[in-house]
Amino acid sequence: MIATSARRVLPAVAALALGVSLTACGSSDDKSATPSSSDTANLSSLTGELNGAGSSAQEKAQGAWAAGFQGLTDGNVTVNYNPVGSGDGRTQFAQGGVDFAGTDSYFKDDEGELSAANKRCGEDIIEVPAYVSPIAVFFNVPGVKELNLDADTIAQIFDGKIKNWNAPEIAKLNADAKLPDLAITPVHRSDDSGTTKNFTDYLGKASGSWSYDAADAFPVKGGLAAEGTSGVVAAVTNGKGTIGYADESQVGDLAVAAIKVGEDFNKPTAEGAAAVVDISKAVEGRPATDMAVDIDRKTTEAGAYPLVLVSYLVACQHYDDAAKADLVKGYLTYVLGDGQAAAADEAGSSPLTKATADKALAIVEKIAAK
Amino acid sequence: MTATTAEKMTETPSNRLGDRIFSGLALAAGLSILVALTGVFAFLLIRGWQGLSQDASFYDAPRANDFLHYVWPLVFGTVYAAVIALVIAVPLSIGIALVISHYAPRRLATPIAYVIDLLAAVPSVVFGLWGILVFAPAMVPTYGWLDDHLGFIPLFAGNEGGGVNPVGRTILTAGIVLAIMVLPIITSITREIFAQTPRLHQEAALALGATRWEMIRYAVFPYARSGMVSAVMLGLGRALGETMAVAMVLSAGKSLVTFNLLGNESSTTIAANIASNYKEGTPGKVAVLIATGLVLFVLTFVVNFLARLIVARAERNTTR
Repeated sequence: MIATSARRVLPAVAALALGVSLTACGSSDDKSATPSSSDTANLSSLTGELNGAGSSAQEKAQGAWAAGFQGLTDGNVTVNYNPVGSGDGRTQFAQGGVDFAGTDSYFKDDEGELSAANKRCGEDIIEVPAYVSPIAVFFNVPGVKELNLDADTIAQIFDGKIKNWNAPEIAKLNADAKLPDLAITPVHRSDDSGTTKNFTDYLGKASGSWSYDAADAFPVKGGLAAEGTSGVVAAVTNGKGTIGYADESQVGDLAVAAIKVGEDFNKPTAEGAAAVVDISKAVEGRPATDMAVDIDRKTTEAGAYPLVLVSYLVACQHYDDAAKADLVKGYLTYVLGDGQAAAADEAGSSPLTKATADKALAIVEKIAAK
Repeated sequence: MTATTAEKMTETPSNRLGDRIFSGLALAAGLSILVALTGVFAFLLIRGWQGLSQDASFYDAPRANDFLHYVWPLVFGTVYAAVIALVIAVPLSIGIALVISHYAPRRLATPIAYVIDLLAAVPSVVFGLWGILVFAPAMVPTYGWLDDHLGFIPLFAGNEGGGVNPVGRTILTAGIVLAIMVLPIITSITREIFAQTPRLHQEAALALGATRWEMIRYAVFPYARSGMVSAVMLGLGRALGETMAVAMVLSAGKSLVTFNLLGNESSTTIAANIASNYKEGTPGKVAVLIATGLVLFVLTFVVNFLARLIVARAERNTTR
């Protein structure tokens, strides 16, 4: 207990170290990406155990990756991923408890988390997008199967400003739909989650009607609260006139709204979600090993679906143990390569585009022993 | 012959090896509880300390800008849910216990007691799942009826714009689920105590012309009073600390204090709030959550202490 509180006391030193490292490695971005298949040959020589923790959104995908990777290494490698949540995953990584972490929000230094993680690695951490999943806005309204919504309307619905399904704002976007005279009950997550953060971030940036900050906790009073993705899905299913947001792969048979992008209305698609990562700008002031992006929620690109959750994998550039370094490198290489298709099958995630995957692979390629 | 055995009997028991080992073990067991309690308290205090005075953004700004405003609705929700659970569970469990100990024929009493004990073995997650998937939706019509007919009472007022929680995930649902979880604890303890009432007291009451209910009122209840309170206290402890079932069933409002039983949003409990928000918490937020845990710890202590005090006073009055 005392050790952890002592560990936190290093703000000035860490900030200084970060500043130095930022200026040090500004231009090591070589574009020679290695395709994953070339590395699978030497994977069978790997043995040992790899421990990770973090984002619960990645849980299913990590399961698929662990199984796939174990297969490629002839069962000699065990990958343990503990879906304790992004916050706990980041803490465990910074404390050296796990070899890699999964997180729905990239490392920030507001509370010294990035400094702590960099200190654990002794240099800049590696942070690459590994799991992209569209967030669906889904609803349960009798007689309505198709629904077009724009960000402003969604924001006002979840803010409690639009209270009825036959409101003119909704009718305007849905000339063909028979909208009933039924109260709207918005359903949000009662627990803190990366899904809520991305959803509120989208509403804040893409609409003019949302006055709250992006946050893990849903900011608005009113509406229903439900625990976890499955809780939201169950609440929307059981209620009438309910509307909620959740990972697209978990929505099941419920009707999903199309959201306005540019002049079109797009339903969530794997391609549309992955494309948004390419369009988005990198977070400023990050070293070359950090691919953190601020997602471009306002994109007007045809087919894009900007309401996405991007989850990262975090690792060190160098590990004390050569075997450990090989394991992490092998696993991340697999995840960013063949693993993307496996996760799409198992978890319904959107495979990264080739451009993003290649860039991430080039970073992972540098993982080595100290 | 008799003299020698008497001599042996007077030998102080602690001299025997077996007795000494046993008393040592018993002492160690007693102390280990104290050590565990102190350890938990120390953990909550050390890790939660910084959570008591953080920047407003770590609480529920702008609704709650400091720890007191953050924790008060949670304390309220915790106590409120527990009170609802006890209001339902206590009369029911005492009734069931009486049926088992005094009313039902033995052939029936034994299986009933067995089934009630089985309830205690059901994990709270299962109660939570049953709560959201079956029980809460099934209660919606009942809640609608309550709102229509008793809506003039603020407790049953429902939502501002009319109507009740459309999926039934209200604090009343949570309270009922809690009541079912608390029921076996209170029932099995009170049943045992009722069964221990001296036969002579009961027969004396009946001989004086008391009906069976009068006998229970004047012979069984006074004898069992302190045991009944202990049973209720144990049940209350479970209700105050229950986590998963509440977290799953309740539609939790942020920093909300409301007595409304049927609305869309209810006050949540400390334990459920920790379970919901710990996973994605940053270190600062986790410290706040641990600090609320400290408050729950103290709350449970205070409630128990008060209850003991009340019982002690009542006992003194009856013996006088």
